[in-house]
Amino acid sequence: MAAPAAKQEGFYDCRDAWARTIEELAENDPRIVAVVNDSVGSSKLGGFQKKFPDRLINVGIAEQNMVGVGAGLANGGRIPFVSAAACFLTGRALEQVKADIAYAGFNVKLVGQSSGVAYGELGPTHHSIEDFAWLRPLSNITMVVPADSWETAEAVKWAAAHEGPVYIRLSRMPVPDLAVENRKFEPGKAELVRSGSDVTIIACGTMVHLAVQAAAELEAEGISARILNMATITPLDEAAISAAASETGAIVTVEEANIHGGLGGAVAEHTSANLPVPVERMGFPGFVPTGSVEWLFDHFGLTATGIARSARKAIGRKRG
Amino acid sequence: MLKNDIVDTIRDKALWMRRRAFTMVHDAQLGHPGGDFSAIDIIATLYFGVMRYDAKKPDMPERDRFIMSKGHATGALYTALCAAGYYPEDWLKTYMQPQSKLNGHPNRNYLPGVETNTGPLGHGLPVALGIAIAGQMTKSDYRTFVLTGDGELQEGSNWEAAMTAGNRKLGKFTLIVDRNRLQQGMGTEETNGLDPLDDKFRAFGWDVEVVDGHDVGALFNALSEPPGGRSKPLCIIANTIKGKGVSFMENKASWHHGVPNAEQYNTAMEELV
Repeated sequence: MAAPAAKQEGFYDCRDAWARTIEELAENDPRIVAVVNDSVGSSKLGGFQKKFPDRLINVGIAEQNMVGVGAGLANGGRIPFVSAAACFLTGRALEQVKADIAYAGFNVKLVGQSSGVAYGELGPTHHSIEDFAWLRPLSNITMVVPADSWETAEAVKWAAAHEGPVYIRLSRMPVPDLAVENRKFEPGKAELVRSGSDVTIIACGTMVHLAVQAAAELEAEGISARILNMATITPLDEAAISAAASETGAIVTVEEANIHGGLGGAVAEHTSANLPVPVERMGFPGFVPTGSVEWLFDHFGLTATGIARSARKAIGRKRG
Repeated sequence: MLKNDIVDTIRDKALWMRRRAFTMVHDAQLGHPGGDFSAIDIIATLYFGVMRYDAKKPDMPERDRFIMSKGHATGALYTALCAAGYYPEDWLKTYMQPQSKLNGHPNRNYLPGVETNTGPLGHGLPVALGIAIAGQMTKSDYRTFVLTGDGELQEGSNWEAAMTAGNRKLGKFTLIVDRNRLQQGMGTEETNGLDPLDDKFRAFGWDVEVVDGHDVGALFNALSEPPGGRSKPLCIIANTIKGKGVSFMENKASWHHGVPNAEQYNTAMEELV
């Protein structure tokens, strides 16, 4: 496994918020169960297992079975959280996710851990940068990508109460809590992290706090950047995208994912059909070379400086 | 009901199902009649001899569950659910027509009584396993039955589920394998052989019974829970004949998704009495 990133003050691993929240929920609702593929440790479910040994089903290294079992548990009246490394959960078991969860419409919560390029040097087999594109067409799966610990806890609570399939995509990369006043988690609604009028940066997950830093760089140059935290990829907040297009005239999307078919693709689909404006998509163009997470972010411009550069480019593409 | 009466009832229902399923396939000029006919005696035994359910309350938590993993054999499943009272016979006339609830593979959101959506092979056993685990966790007494084809067991997901079921000692979990020895193009043993299938399941921690899949008395006995229950999951290998009941269809792989012309249909109806 990849070495954990150096601990930074005020940065938190969202898996801790997930683990705390699922334990709290399970205390109060006996229907909540966890299903894993030998992923108790990487899902941080050791505490859950200690408290509820009979409610953690470890099917071993068998993802197709794991997702099918999730559907069956829902048929039997349980509320299963199926938790595994995002790359194997969505990749190995994609047909089960499609047929048993999305098409059958079972009340199953899929939790993809250590998504994006969090496994760094372990390489593209262990990265999960294709999951947005694979799951977006399965439009009855609500797809949530929390940006910080607070949002992770809220998303897990919401998923437990919601009747229907959900995919929650978590990272293992520590992120700071976003400084937004009076937050309320609303699935399907973009969160306005910062107001702005020259360009809109639409980001999700680990990229949101970098977008906030980019906005500060841009502000120093007199550029006013709006930041939207697009925590829900499906259903997409099309109204917020339309407003961004018409009010700021240029958009940058930033995701820890493949740029084909993900958040950027979704935004470009919407704007090209409705309000065509320049859209700069940031992410990974395909399989990435060997490198640490930090090196990969830097190499592909997923830094405050890189995002600011894309914002200037998007603004430069605006038509007179 | 005495056992002989039950067996007679099952036979009557199975005959009706064969005639009705073949009519659906004839009318739609679509379907999988060979696999329908190998499975019908098994499904009729479950619905009209063994399972506990109330067609008026399809979501009753304590119902026994039946998962049709070989989802393509919809002629067998849809006629069984109709005969069990889940929906009126009129619905069968819409089989595979535009916007019908009777899709080419079953959808639980379209039809009461369908427990999960199947079609891609190797999905039913893991889902059924999850249902059985839920029952074990909640100490419910419902039973979970799943019917797979035999060729379908070439899918690895089945063996992932078989391992888990054996390890969890799921005594209320029953798999029936429709062992007609033919897949869509040719024999299972010529394709990627399954024998010895009984030893495979025993090695995975299951009880195994081998029965004639068209002897409804034998099926009834094998599917009935023994006094005191079981301490392991049960695999019933039901030796069947693809196309069973119609002379020109029996043991012919071409009837996997073959459909009858008018003359073949009439001949079949004369034989199915």
